[in-house]
Amino acid sequence: MTRLGHNLALALAVTLTALAGKARAAVEIQEVTSPGGITAWLVEEHTIPFTALEIRFKGGSSLDAPGKRGATHLMVGLLEEGAADRDARAFAKATEELAAQFNFDIYDTAVAISARFLTENRDQAIDLLRTALVEPNFEAESIERVRAQVVSIIQGDAQDPSTIARTRFDRMAFGDHPFGSPHEGTLESLAALTRNDLVDAHDRALAKDRLYIGAVGDITPEELGLLLDRLLGDLPDTGAEIPEDPAFALDVGLTVIPFQTPQSVAFFGHEGITRDDPDFFAAYVVNEIFGGSGFQSRLMQEVREKRGLTYGIGSYLASFDEVGMVLGQVATANDRMAETVSLLRDLWAEVAETGVTQEELDAAKTYVTGAYPLRFDGNATIARIMVGMQTQELPIDYIATRNDKINAVTLEDVNRVAKRIYRPEDLHVIVVGQPDGLPMTE
Amino acid sequence: MVHPVSSRPTRLLAVLATAFLAALPARAAEVTNFTLDNGMEVVVLEDDRAPVVVHMVWYRAGSADEPPGRSGIAHYLEHLMFKGTDKRGPREFSDIVAANGGTDNAFTSYDYTAYFQRIAADRLEQMMEMEADRMQNLSLLQTDVVTERTVVLEERNQRTENEPGGLFAEQRRAAQFLNHPYGIPVIGWKHEIEALTVNDAIAFYEEFYAPNNAILVVAGDVEADEVRALAETYYGVIPPNPDLKPRERVSEPPQLAERRLVFEDPRVSQPYVLRTYLAPERDPGDQRDAAALALLREVLGGSGATSVLGQKLQFETQQAIYTSAFYSGGSLDDTTFGLIIVPSEGVSMADAEAALDQTVAEFIETGVDPDQLARIKMQIRASRIYADDNISSLANRYGGALAQGLTVEDVEAWPKILDSITEDEIIAAAKRVFDRDKAVTGWLKAPDPETEAETEAAEVLQ
Repeated sequence: MTRLGHNLALALAVTLTALAGKARAAVEIQEVTSPGGITAWLVEEHTIPFTALEIRFKGGSSLDAPGKRGATHLMVGLLEEGAADRDARAFAKATEELAAQFNFDIYDTAVAISARFLTENRDQAIDLLRTALVEPNFEAESIERVRAQVVSIIQGDAQDPSTIARTRFDRMAFGDHPFGSPHEGTLESLAALTRNDLVDAHDRALAKDRLYIGAVGDITPEELGLLLDRLLGDLPDTGAEIPEDPAFALDVGLTVIPFQTPQSVAFFGHEGITRDDPDFFAAYVVNEIFGGSGFQSRLMQEVREKRGLTYGIGSYLASFDEVGMVLGQVATANDRMAETVSLLRDLWAEVAETGVTQEELDAAKTYVTGAYPLRFDGNATIARIMVGMQTQELPIDYIATRNDKINAVTLEDVNRVAKRIYRPEDLHVIVVGQPDGLPMTE
Repeated sequence: MVHPVSSRPTRLLAVLATAFLAALPARAAEVTNFTLDNGMEVVVLEDDRAPVVVHMVWYRAGSADEPPGRSGIAHYLEHLMFKGTDKRGPREFSDIVAANGGTDNAFTSYDYTAYFQRIAADRLEQMMEMEADRMQNLSLLQTDVVTERTVVLEERNQRTENEPGGLFAEQRRAAQFLNHPYGIPVIGWKHEIEALTVNDAIAFYEEFYAPNNAILVVAGDVEADEVRALAETYYGVIPPNPDLKPRERVSEPPQLAERRLVFEDPRVSQPYVLRTYLAPERDPGDQRDAAALALLREVLGGSGATSVLGQKLQFETQQAIYTSAFYSGGSLDDTTFGLIIVPSEGVSMADAEAALDQTVAEFIETGVDPDQLARIKMQIRASRIYADDNISSLANRYGGALAQGLTVEDVEAWPKILDSITEDEIIAAAKRVFDRDKAVTGWLKAPDPETEAETEAAEVLQ
C-alpha cells in the first residue's frame, strides 16, 4: 500500500527531541533492584497481558577495537542467529512458538534490546532471550550470511544521497573516532572480521556495568527482579572502557559531492550544546521555533510554505555525553539548491541576530508542554522513554517537573541561547547531487 | 548520530512489508459504530490508558477515483486542505492543533484520503469543529495553490525520482494493471502533476468531500455517547452530496500474457527480482480467499529464518540474501500478491528468478508444514494482545477497512477467519494466484555495459 504522508519534516526533525523527556500524568515509575543487584525502572500496567522490556548497554559501536570497525554491529546482527543449542532457524522457531518479539539494535553509543512477551509464557521467553544475550554461537555459516547482508547495506549507503551527505559530515566532524565512520565498517574492515573479533566485541559491549533497563506491563516488581537476574545475571561484570567523546572538528564551509540524481540533498550543522548544559531547555524551545517538527517552524514556513522549495526541512539538537550538535537536512531539485542554501544561511543568521518574538515563544511553549503527555501512549514507548531518562541521568521524578522547566524559559533566555546555538560563522553545508550554481568541491 | 541501522538489508524493501499480523482488531478496546442521518459513518474505539484522542476523517476518495489525465489530484487536494477555509487562514488549522499540544497530518492512497489529529482528549470538540468546517468551506488562494504544487513535485522527487526502487515500482504497477487506475501512481505522473489546477482540486473536493462519503474514527480516552453527541452537532448538520455516484471503477480485462521488464539505473546498488500476481482482495462478508492468501504470504515469506523462501534460499542454497512475500488484502478492487528475491553475490538474476520459481513449485507439491502454520496462528492470537497497546494503528485499521468497502463486522471476523484457514486452502489459494499470465516480473539492476542483450531489454515489455 502506498501512503503519501504530508510532512516529511516530522520524520527528520524529531530524532533527538525525544531526549527532552516525557510524561503521562498517570505514569508511576518504580525503581526496582533485583536480588542480584541489577536496577531497572518499572511501570506496572496490568490491563493487557504482556510486558515490554527495553534494555540498553551503553557504548555500542564506539567500542569497536582499533582496526575492527564493524565488529560490534556485526556481533549484534548475529545475536538472533543462533544461541546455546539452537541454530538461527531453531531460535526463530522458538521465538515464534512463544509469539515473543525481540529486536536487537545498535547505535553509536549503545546496544539496545527491545522485547515484548506474553504473560502466559514469560519465563520461556526470557530463557530464550537469555541465550541470545549470554550464549550466542557465532557459527561460521551465520557469520557469512549476516556479513553478506551488511555488505549489501554498505553498498546501498554508497548510492544513497542522504547517507552520503551524513557520512561525510560525520567524517569531517569526528575523523578517526568511531563517531566519524559508519558503524557497519568498510567493505575491507568488515571482510577482515573473524569469529574471535565477534566474541571479543561481545565481551566488550554486553556487560553489567553499563546497563539501563525500562519495563512496562503486566509484571510486578518482584517478578521483574527475578526475571532480570535470570536474563542478565550471567553476563560479565565489566566490559571495555567507553572512549571519550571526540572534539567537533568541522569548520564553516560548503562541500558539494557530485551524484547523478534529479534532487540534491543537503545535510548541515555545526557544534551545539550537550543535554546536560544549563541552557538545554532554552535551546530546545528555540529550536522548536526555528526548525522543529510540524509546519509552524520558521524553516518550514520560509522554505516550504512561502517558496515551495522543498517537501520538508528541519533542524534538531543532537547530543553525545560531551559534545552536542545542531543539525538539519533538506532536499530540493538541482536547479533550486543554490537558492535554498542561500536562504538557509540567511535564516540561520537572522535567528542568531534578532532571536524570536514573545508570540513565537508562547506558541512554542504551549505546543511543547501540551505535546509532552501525549508521548506516553504505549508500553514499549514508555519503556524506551524510561531508558532514555536513565542514560541522561535524569531523576526518576523528572516527568513531573519537565514542563515547569520549559515554562520557566524566558524570552531573554532563548534569544541569548539562539546566539549560542545558531552560528552562521560555523555552519557547514554538505550537498550531494548536481546542484546548479554551486561549485563542486571534489 | 544516533542512526539505528537494522542488521538486515530491509531498508530498500521496507515499502513492501505488509505483514497481515498488523491487520487485527482490538481485543480490549471497546468498539462502537453508528451512522449519522446524513450518511456519515462513525467508529469509536475507547481506550482510557492515556489522556489522548486520535480524531480521523476518511474520505472514500483516493487516487483511483481521479478523472483521467488528472493523476495526483487526490493527493494535491490533500495538501491544499491545509490552506484554509472561509473562516481560517492558510495553516491556521495546524497552528491551532499545535497550540493545543497536538499534531496533525493527512495521507492519500489508492482508495482513500484521510486527515487526522492526535491531541489531548479534552480538545476533541475543537478538532471536530475545524474538520467539519474544512469538509464544507475550503478556500484556496491562487498563490498558495501554485506554491504547493512545487512542494508536491519536490515530494515526488524525494519519493520517486531520487529512488530507483520507486521508479521501478511505478513501471511494474503500470504493467500490472491493463485498465484499472491502480496502475497510476498515487502521487501522480510528473507531467500530469505539473498541469494540475485549482479548478481540478475544487471539482474533486466538491464531488467527494461530503458526509455521505466519509468515515469518522475517534480513538482514545473518550466515551461513545459523548462522541455521538459531538458528531451530530458538528458533522450531522452538513448536507450530504445527493449527486454522489456509486463507487464503480473500470475493471481489468482478462490478463492473458505475462509482462516482463528490466529497469536499469546506475544508482542501483543491490539488484533484485520482483514478481507480482493479480490477486483478490478482502470483500465484505467474503474474506476467506484473502485470508488464505494472507497466510500464504506468512508461510512463504513471513520470516527469513522460518519461511519457505527464507529457509530454502537464504539458508539451504544461500542463493539469496533476502527473500519475502507480500500481500495486503485491504483494497477496494483486485490487488497483488508479490514475491521478491535479492540474489547473493555471484548469483545471476536469471538464476535467482529460477530458484524462486522452483522453491514455490516445490512448496505447492509438498504442502504446508503444520508446525509452521501452528506457529503463525499462535502469533496471530498474540498479535491481538499486542495490538491493544497501539490505539493509533487500531484507528487506522478500522478507517482503512471501512474506506475500502469492508464493515466493522468484517474487521472483527478477520482473526477468526485467519485462524480457521486450513493447509489445503492455502495450497489451493497458491495454485489459483500463481498464474503467470496475470503476472509482472521485474528486474531492477544497474546497467551492465558488457552485456548488450540486457541493455536492449531496458524498456517496458508488455
